Amino acid sequence: MNVIEVRGLDVSYGKNESTNHVVRSLDFDVRAGETLGIVGESGCGKSTVLRCLAGLESGWGGSIHVDGKPVSWRRTRDELRRMQLVFQDPFGSLHPRHRIGRTIAEPLRCMGQEASDQTVRAALIQVGLPAEFAHRFPHELSGGQRQRVAIARALILAPEILLLDEPTSALDVSVQAEVLNLLADKKAEEKLTYVLVSHDLSVISHMCDRILVMKDGIFVDEFAPGVIATGAAHHNYARHLIEASFF
Amino acid sequence: MNAAEPTLDIRNLRVTYARGIVAAVDGIDLQLAGGRLGIVGESGSGKSTVGRAIMRLLSSSARVEADRMMFAGMDLARLGERALRQLRGKQMALIMQDPRYSLNPVLTIGAQVAEAAHLHLGLRGKAAQQAGAEMLARVRIQNVARVTGLYPHQISGGMGQRVMIAMMLIARPRLVIADEPTSALDVSVRAEVLELLDSLVREQGSSLILISHDIRMVAAFCDEVAVMYRGRVVEKLAQLENAAHPYTRGLLAALPDPKHPVARLATLDRALLSQLETSR
Amino acid sequence: MDMTKADLTGARRPSLLHRFLTLPFWSALRREPLGFAGVIVLALLVLVALSAPLLAPYDPNRQVLDSSLLSPSSSHWAGTDEFGRDIFSRLVWGARLTLRTVFSVSAIVGPIGLIIGVVAGYFGGRVDAVLMRLTDIVLSFPSLVLALAFAAAIGPGLNTAIVAISLTSWPPIARLARAEALVVRNSDYVSAARMYDASNLRLLTLYIAPMCIPSVVVRLTLNMATITLTAASLGFLGLGAQPPAPEWGAMISAGRKYMIDYWWVAVMPGLAILLTSLAFNVVGDTLRDILDPRHERG
Repeated sequence: MNVIEVRGLDVSYGKNESTNHVVRSLDFDVRAGETLGIVGESGCGKSTVLRCLAGLESGWGGSIHVDGKPVSWRRTRDELRRMQLVFQDPFGSLHPRHRIGRTIAEPLRCMGQEASDQTVRAALIQVGLPAEFAHRFPHELSGGQRQRVAIARALILAPEILLLDEPTSALDVSVQAEVLNLLADKKAEEKLTYVLVSHDLSVISHMCDRILVMKDGIFVDEFAPGVIATGAAHHNYARHLIEASFF
Repeated sequence: MNAAEPTLDIRNLRVTYARGIVAAVDGIDLQLAGGRLGIVGESGSGKSTVGRAIMRLLSSSARVEADRMMFAGMDLARLGERALRQLRGKQMALIMQDPRYSLNPVLTIGAQVAEAAHLHLGLRGKAAQQAGAEMLARVRIQNVARVTGLYPHQISGGMGQRVMIAMMLIARPRLVIADEPTSALDVSVRAEVLELLDSLVREQGSSLILISHDIRMVAAFCDEVAVMYRGRVVEKLAQLENAAHPYTRGLLAALPDPKHPVARLATLDRALLSQLETSR
Repeated sequence: MDMTKADLTGARRPSLLHRFLTLPFWSALRREPLGFAGVIVLALLVLVALSAPLLAPYDPNRQVLDSSLLSPSSSHWAGTDEFGRDIFSRLVWGARLTLRTVFSVSAIVGPIGLIIGVVAGYFGGRVDAVLMRLTDIVLSFPSLVLALAFAAAIGPGLNTAIVAISLTSWPPIARLARAEALVVRNSDYVSAARMYDASNLRLLTLYIAPMCIPSVVVRLTLNMATITLTAASLGFLGLGAQPPAPEWGAMISAGRKYMIDYWWVAVMPGLAILLTSLAFNVVGDTLRDILDPRHERG
């Protein structure tokens, strides 16, 4: 069953001569319970696709259906709750003046739900952080710890779909492994669906069930992660990307 | 100078910062005679500090000590700022991560490369421009005439890094230190830039120190890899297969590898590592 | 205090005073000798203004005509003016007027500028266009002339001066706050907040405005020097506090007739103005260095 259906998604910035056509009439589906990977290089439009799904962009054309219902530029509270986004930069995605506990409680408060100490404590422990971290400020945490907080904040609303925008590319390799493991655990525990965007084929192939290769606003290839090891990608660009990633 | 003498000979290099209690670099030995040395480590391991300490580019709050710090027969620790300035650029060059911040945004590419030719080769006017254009052609920039007229914001990251390499290598330095030269670049141009850097360095007979967080890339390009952890070199390797130190092995295991898919990635045993640290 | 048990959501925190005194700001200030001196001068000025009745040796308005225009001496530290009033006492009392003007204007201008700027920057589009054109219009008036016209229209006085100066000094603050808001509104943590449906009001007041406050405070402090000078100028032109109030600008104005023979009558209030505006400037610069790492000196 498809949880997300995208048809003819089209994004361009600017008008007239200086139009920058970032995403060109994309069609794709996200199946329930899978991890869909979108891989591509800077400027290919992969993050824009994710932001469109998340409801952070307006002005896109085409249609997006979530659970069979169409969504528009402006989202309802329930549509927002279902899909949460984890950002690339763990330094910019947490409010610098809010303590961690408040950062995690904010989504619940904004959605009009109860945010007890117990909930916050559980959310922190759930992502492998000590509950005492609730009293700290983001600048007192390492990059990996902040990304864990960002994941906890996204998960506290019990979303069905988690959108991941280069969640580990700002992290060290050893920390990346820990965060990827955490994401895999959460997916199994909460029966989540992931859409993971990255430039790093090794991360994508480790995490994903299905990989879309994006270039200049379109998908040029789709394959399963096993294909990377055999090198049997169809499209030239995809082959080049695989070779360049694992020389 | 006899052939056996290394270009760079550093013994027990220590860098401490004024307010820090822990040494950023804590007793490192490096010998380099031609060839390519890789320094690998995660953020905070002190790998960039080593490169800047050799160039003597650290801020005044850093204290650099070494038992021996020789470069091409000169004692780096004793050279004055003026002699160092002569040395940098001409004899040793530093290539940094992001060309966008290293190039002057208000000068054309051609003017900047010609400036490098003027500074390091003493050429003027037409001759400097000519030398610059030749160097740009050597870093495999097609249509040099067009590129020389462009400004840094008009070129891609990969091309910017090639321009940086052209500027840094124009004086045929004996030592090139490349600090994360490809991590700001797209995957598909990384290999190209590295191969280019490698072939130029070979051609000119320079030594190369490649500093990066990417252990696989460094291992693929360097004759020897020094793995740094918390300011120390824990291991020097010719091949990754021979890795023996738990940190190196942990780092390698933490990398996702599509050829050997695993359900869970191995993570560093940090408790074991800090135990090793304290038992030293 | 046991903080690990209760209060993980951050509802209760250490007292404001405690947080204020433990700010890293104070240790940073110790490394800036000039700024530290500026803070001391301002603190003394506030102290002097508060305890004027205790400090001033004479009544500032008592005229003793047979001791007029005495030069500075041990009994009259800054001499006396043409009516035999003690200039030092008048300066001490005048500090009250100056500081009241400066702080009242800042208290009016800071919030207004912040609100206008943040709203314009956050909403963008038509809201931004309207608010910023309004700002441009006000900005295009020479501030002293507008203040003059205003004072002339509704009659001179200290409160008129305060309102008049406020009218013209909010636009730079609004522009600054708008620039900051434009940057902050695109940051990831604001996008994250949009994803959990934080209301516009919440985003404005809790997410964006707090990040603009440091630079607004710096700008306000630098502005205080200008306000001191504008207030003195209005006083000098007779449109600020009215005689016999010991307003520094008005004192210079009165003293200029005697300046050739009795220099202290005009110079003493001049020194007071100079010292005050210099202290505000130095403190503003230091604040910027401490609060805004982008302006870090090499």
